[in-house]
Amino acid sequence: MPAETTTMGDPIVPGSRREAALRAFADVPQEPRSKKPDPIVIVDDMVRRFGGLTAVDVAHVEIQRGAITALIGPNGAGKSTFFNQLTGFDQPDSGEWSLNGKSLKGARPYQVARRGMVRTFQLTKALSKLTVIQNMLLGATGQKGESMLTGMFAPLWRGQENANTDRADELLARFKLDAKREDFAGSLSGGQRKLLEMARALMVEPELVMLDEPMAGVNPALKQSLLGHVKALREEGMTVLFVEHDMDMVRDISDWVIVMAQGQIIAEGPPHSIMANQTVIDAYLGSHHDEALAPEDEPARIAEDEAAEGRGLLEADSSPTEDQT
Amino acid sequence: MDWGYILSVMVTSAFGVEAIVFGLAAIGVNMQFGYTGLLNFGQSAFMAVGGYSVAVTVVELGLNFWVGVVLGLVIAVLLALLLGVPTLRLRADYLAIVTIAAAEIIRLVLRSVTFKDTFGGSDGISAFADDFYALNPFPEGAYEFGPINIRNEDAMWVLTVGWILVLLCCLVVWALMRSPWGRVLKAIREDEDAARSLGKNVFSFKMQSLVLGGVLGCFGGFIFAIANQSAQPDNYSTELTFFAYTVLILGGAARVFGPVIGSMIFWALLAFTDNFLNGAINAGYISGDIINNTQVGQVRFMLVGLALMLLMIFRPQGIFGDKRELAIDAR
Repeated sequence: MPAETTTMGDPIVPGSRREAALRAFADVPQEPRSKKPDPIVIVDDMVRRFGGLTAVDVAHVEIQRGAITALIGPNGAGKSTFFNQLTGFDQPDSGEWSLNGKSLKGARPYQVARRGMVRTFQLTKALSKLTVIQNMLLGATGQKGESMLTGMFAPLWRGQENANTDRADELLARFKLDAKREDFAGSLSGGQRKLLEMARALMVEPELVMLDEPMAGVNPALKQSLLGHVKALREEGMTVLFVEHDMDMVRDISDWVIVMAQGQIIAEGPPHSIMANQTVIDAYLGSHHDEALAPEDEPARIAEDEAAEGRGLLEADSSPTEDQT
Repeated sequence: MDWGYILSVMVTSAFGVEAIVFGLAAIGVNMQFGYTGLLNFGQSAFMAVGGYSVAVTVVELGLNFWVGVVLGLVIAVLLALLLGVPTLRLRADYLAIVTIAAAEIIRLVLRSVTFKDTFGGSDGISAFADDFYALNPFPEGAYEFGPINIRNEDAMWVLTVGWILVLLCCLVVWALMRSPWGRVLKAIREDEDAARSLGKNVFSFKMQSLVLGGVLGCFGGFIFAIANQSAQPDNYSTELTFFAYTVLILGGAARVFGPVIGSMIFWALLAFTDNFLNGAINAGYISGDIINNTQVGQVRFMLVGLALMLLMIFRPQGIFGDKRELAIDAR
């Protein structure tokens, strides 16, 4: 089984959702446009242009249900634009995309969220002047008290509010934010805001959680706890799609990796094979990249270059330093 | 200088009609700006809608006063929708530009020669609130409560209805802002996209806030017009809107009683500086070479401005504001 060949991350527990996810990916071809056994999101021919620049040009991609999928790629690859389009924050010029088989085309961000796809933001959007618990309660859906008329009469929504508060307190305890319950969200540290944003997204009871760079600006200690929380989402049956630059995180928690470059999806596969994929390396470093030059290699390299290009040229290069002395 | 008189006028002004009118206008602005972050710079338009609806209904259409009140509320709602539909999906400043322009358009239409037969031109319309005063239960005469002097039974009736209205509006705002509805508004003020990402229809909530704030401003317009028994176009200039904002910031934004207390302090301060300066000039404490009685009207606004500056320096959150909230912005 390919699951057993994976050497990264924690040991695979038989019967866990992680094992199920890895099993689901076993027969999926490791190439762009590959079909997944049980896709929650399907995207076809999504194109977004900003003037002359084609930011996103995705022919076909499927996101597997119940798995953690990473979306990686060099800066400017179109990951965030693609993310914004899936969640309705930006509308593509053309294309079809669906959640659970129902088209999301033209859906506004709040409609996307209500359908079960909830996102977080790269720059955390904690609601600074609301307390932590108020931030959490905002996430609850279908609140009776959110209508102006019923809102005026507390007995009409108090029961529901109490139930939501209990659920919010449980989540806060799980994310270790319960001590901060009554503090303004603006007084939290950057990492705590990331935790709050994730906990708040869970109040919506999403099927698919979209995390936009969850590790950006988070200290290493908190990183471990965030990783644990993301893995826990999968074990609860949620699907996770995240954009990330932190390769350790990608290797550690993702079941499947999608690589974007220049708006297109250039590779798909499990993390260990993606890291070794020549197309991916070329996309990140350029196809004519050189290896990093270690100090101890330097004399050998210089000798090599001198042999190849002739001594005189290199001596001429070093002449400015002589002029300075 | 008669200190007793100066203080009496000051306290009377704190509970006067202006305090009610600007209190109501500022409660509306508080709903829009304080809680939702919407910059409505056209509150004067909503007040004009209130005043003129009653005036035109009674004088020009010959209908009952209360029909005018209902009509005013309906038009205020429609005006808010008209202003909100094109702007609330855009960045916050678009609403500010559109509302301030709309308020001036409405004022200029009201005072235009073309519509003189309907709106009475620059003279406006007067004597239309008899139906309101007919309900007055107070017997004839002047009223006195401690330092507060009320000149006659009609003023007493307006003040009673006005303050009850202010308290009712505060009650509604309080009930709404502790509800999940109010929580969504505050979330929108903090970050619209975050509210959207959690499944809130931001446009709809902003619209509700704009409409409610406009209706509250319209109530202020009713009291304004009823108390003077007149609706004049130049009373509804942009100055009115900016006074409402001043009142709100003075009292403390996003606080239920902030606008009310702010309005009382604002008018008390104006009355105090006016009477104090006049008294001091008449008594010779201030030389007529520095300021004379006719300049007092302008100087008192300078002094109120100075007071506002001092407030912003030493208590930037306003009288009722929460200092912790400001500390967050400073980060």
